[in-house]
Amino acid sequence: MCRLFAIASDTPVSPMMALNALDVMREGHDGSGVGLVLRDLGGPFEEMKDAPILSGIFTESGIKRLDAYMIDIGFLTKYRITIKTPKIPPPGTPRRDIYLIRAYEYPEEWENLSEAEKHERLVRLRLSLQEMGREQKDMIVFSFWPDTITIKEIGDPLTVGNYLELGDKKLNARIILAQGRQNTNYAIDLYACHPFFIQGFSTMTNGENTAFVPIREYLMSRGVPGYTGFYSDSEVFVHILHYTFTRLGLGIDAYKHIITPLQDDALQEHPDGMFLKQLKHCCRKLIIDGPNCVIGVMPDNTLFMTQDRKKLRPGVVGGGPGMYVMSSEICGLDAALPQRNKKNDFQPMHLDTVVIDPARREVKICHQMQRLSHLH
Amino acid sequence: MSSDAAIVPSSLSIKDLPWQIAWDLDKCTLCGKCTAICPVHAIEPAVFRKRVMDTSAGVKARPENRFQTYYGIRQKTAPAYHCVGCAMCAMVCPNDAIMPMRTDEADKLKFHINQGGEPERRGGRRNIAGGVLDQIKFIRISMLTDPALDAGRHEFEVRTLLGRVLAPEDNIRFVREHGWIPPVREIYPLIIGGMSFGALSPTMWEGLQMGVAYLNEELGMPVRISTGEGGCPPRLLRSRFLQYVILQIASGYFGWDEIIHAIPEMKVDPCAIEIKYGQGAKPGDGGLLMWHKVNRLIAAIRGVPPGVSLPSPPTHQTQYSIEESVAKMIQSMYMAWGFRVPVYPKISASSTALAVLNNLTRNPYAGGLAIDGEDGGTGAAYNVSMDHMGHPIASSLRDCYLNLVSVGQQNEIPLFAGGGIGKNGNLAANAAALIMLGASGVQVGKYIMQAAAGCLGSETARCNICNIGLCPKGITSQDPRLYRRLDPEDVARRIVDVYVAFDTELRKIVAPLGRSTALPIGMSDALGINDAAVAERLKIKYVV
Repeated sequence: MCRLFAIASDTPVSPMMALNALDVMREGHDGSGVGLVLRDLGGPFEEMKDAPILSGIFTESGIKRLDAYMIDIGFLTKYRITIKTPKIPPPGTPRRDIYLIRAYEYPEEWENLSEAEKHERLVRLRLSLQEMGREQKDMIVFSFWPDTITIKEIGDPLTVGNYLELGDKKLNARIILAQGRQNTNYAIDLYACHPFFIQGFSTMTNGENTAFVPIREYLMSRGVPGYTGFYSDSEVFVHILHYTFTRLGLGIDAYKHIITPLQDDALQEHPDGMFLKQLKHCCRKLIIDGPNCVIGVMPDNTLFMTQDRKKLRPGVVGGGPGMYVMSSEICGLDAALPQRNKKNDFQPMHLDTVVIDPARREVKICHQMQRLSHLH
Repeated sequence: MSSDAAIVPSSLSIKDLPWQIAWDLDKCTLCGKCTAICPVHAIEPAVFRKRVMDTSAGVKARPENRFQTYYGIRQKTAPAYHCVGCAMCAMVCPNDAIMPMRTDEADKLKFHINQGGEPERRGGRRNIAGGVLDQIKFIRISMLTDPALDAGRHEFEVRTLLGRVLAPEDNIRFVREHGWIPPVREIYPLIIGGMSFGALSPTMWEGLQMGVAYLNEELGMPVRISTGEGGCPPRLLRSRFLQYVILQIASGYFGWDEIIHAIPEMKVDPCAIEIKYGQGAKPGDGGLLMWHKVNRLIAAIRGVPPGVSLPSPPTHQTQYSIEESVAKMIQSMYMAWGFRVPVYPKISASSTALAVLNNLTRNPYAGGLAIDGEDGGTGAAYNVSMDHMGHPIASSLRDCYLNLVSVGQQNEIPLFAGGGIGKNGNLAANAAALIMLGASGVQVGKYIMQAAAGCLGSETARCNICNIGLCPKGITSQDPRLYRRLDPEDVARRIVDVYVAFDTELRKIVAPLGRSTALPIGMSDALGINDAAVAERLKIKYVV
């Protein structure tokens, strides 16, 4: 079972805060991987919110190929963070040439494109870079999106964090998702490392999705270019989230109704029962199964946590206005926010979705038996 | 046979028959129950003459040669009276003195059961045992990575959908714009497949309907039953129980005059309309109710004269093309119930099933597709159709499901598989395998007859006389002397037993796979088989 930790803070914080909390929960991860998604960035990236940032790992030859490719399209480097690593990596972590975090300026011919068109193109570009990298094994691309940095590596989270010097002042963010991985896939692959990302949506999961294969088949048949990869059974969570928002036009309170719909007797009593029954029917192929705690972030930097139908995985939210934290275990919460009012800690149950909107003033709880907000 | 009797080509000895009666003179009480109950008069009471040598050891007495008689059972050897192996004689014998035994070699009857140029017709299913479904194993057991669910204690929702499901984008848009959303039924994934009133006896039908009503109203299991092609009793049409019934229309349209006229008086809508284009047991052949079973009641419900054989045409005669057959017929049936009732076709599994399916994907009204494989049963058909025509269900269903996946409509047209499910008694395992291969649910008929009413038929040519109305258990007979043997209450009780046990077994399969929130339709990663060619064909794992 992996461990999850997420931060939503008014003032940008270092990812080391999350890695320290993961370290407290170290019995839940085995050094098979750590993943970080940083959004609503602080530091130097504060001034370039619209510039797409490419995050990935490259070999020397890979970076040359990347540069040639990007220049050819017309992307110019705007800013980059260089991660210097000691020559000898910690045990279990492979030696890499370059960890890349680079903000680009859009090509001139993209200037007049609509936001939506730009977003489509960014996804296609990321996918083609990933494809190029797979062919020659010289590039791993995690995300290519404005105001978003993704870092993934194999190894113990805190050790990797120190090794990559993630405490660097230039690297901080208001939204941080972090996962320490307990590998239950058969091979260790960085692309199977959470959090997963598509067009501003990102999720990480602590669990196992036993309905993975039919869901993957369904997502792949939707005709959305970004619904690919599927190195992990948990990757479908982010695609379903993306699908809920972008294709169905529904909100976060509907997400849980798609992945773990209510049973019939509950639907009959639900104020939106008629609609939810339709939703349950038409999204039947997106119903997840197995134990899962899902933490994710939306393009507007709203953070959420939700649970599987049987609430088989732990998850807790704590903090106060301006700084909230989501954690797999209370010890992680204690490590990050020892001074918080513990009476306000909340553990979402099987019908709950916890939402912290970008204002970060309160923890909202969407109970699955409540009315859906957007419909009314 | 006497020594000077003429031997004709079809003269057979007991050895030549598929079933031979073993009878024990010492145990027999001569009560006559066996000869009375034999449905095909294969045995008769007889007087046997026997020579006895009396070789007394005395000095004066000379050995002598005497003739005695004894009374016993004689098996007839004429093809028309061959023993069908039903073993009702064994069932009624107070002393266990009699039993049919299967011959130890291929029988010779097969070469002679076409007297008068009439090929063999019978009921039952393909006389070939085995099948691929029983070989499929469920291999993806949740171990330490995720807790296996508790089949006994965790909540489960064993439900499936019948009806056209829209793509999510369209469905949500139609909700917002108040557009027409096709009717969809949430039902139990084990459907009692079409066995007509006529093919089945009145007591059997009543028992099935009672059992289904109990499952729905007392146990909350939304079980549905198809009428088959033979109409529906008028009182059922006008009762609330109609909502548990799938009305079938087939090429003979039997009973549909009554149904159409009852529409204005219906209290509830039927669950669905099944348009039967084909049947797994006899693909390309129409339904058949032989004259033996067409009594006044059956004739009245079907709207035909009594005492005549009722062969339905192989195709719907009023239509000449797939557009006519499928599109217009589906639409007409929708219209009859004001677009409130799902309509779906049922076809025989066939290498042409994909063509039908592709047609349905472009028809916005098609509410599903039922596919019936070669192991499906029937009340009456030519033996050659049953044994040699048809396509196995597993690969036909899998092809159809994967085709839906490739066009992205795997949630939109539910597939229902039938034909040989539970053939060897493994109902839940076979059903689960088909669901994980892509079926939204399964249809069973023969298993229900066997489990709920004690049908004796088997794939070793046992009994299988459903066609001539002589069912010794009263399941498929229209003769009150026979169907009085079957108490509808008992049938209903067994139906409930079957469903409750099936439900537990299905949970015992899906819970260890980590599934409970939704039926694991298409969860092919859970399946494995010890046969590389089958694994490759079905796109499941090869395990040894």
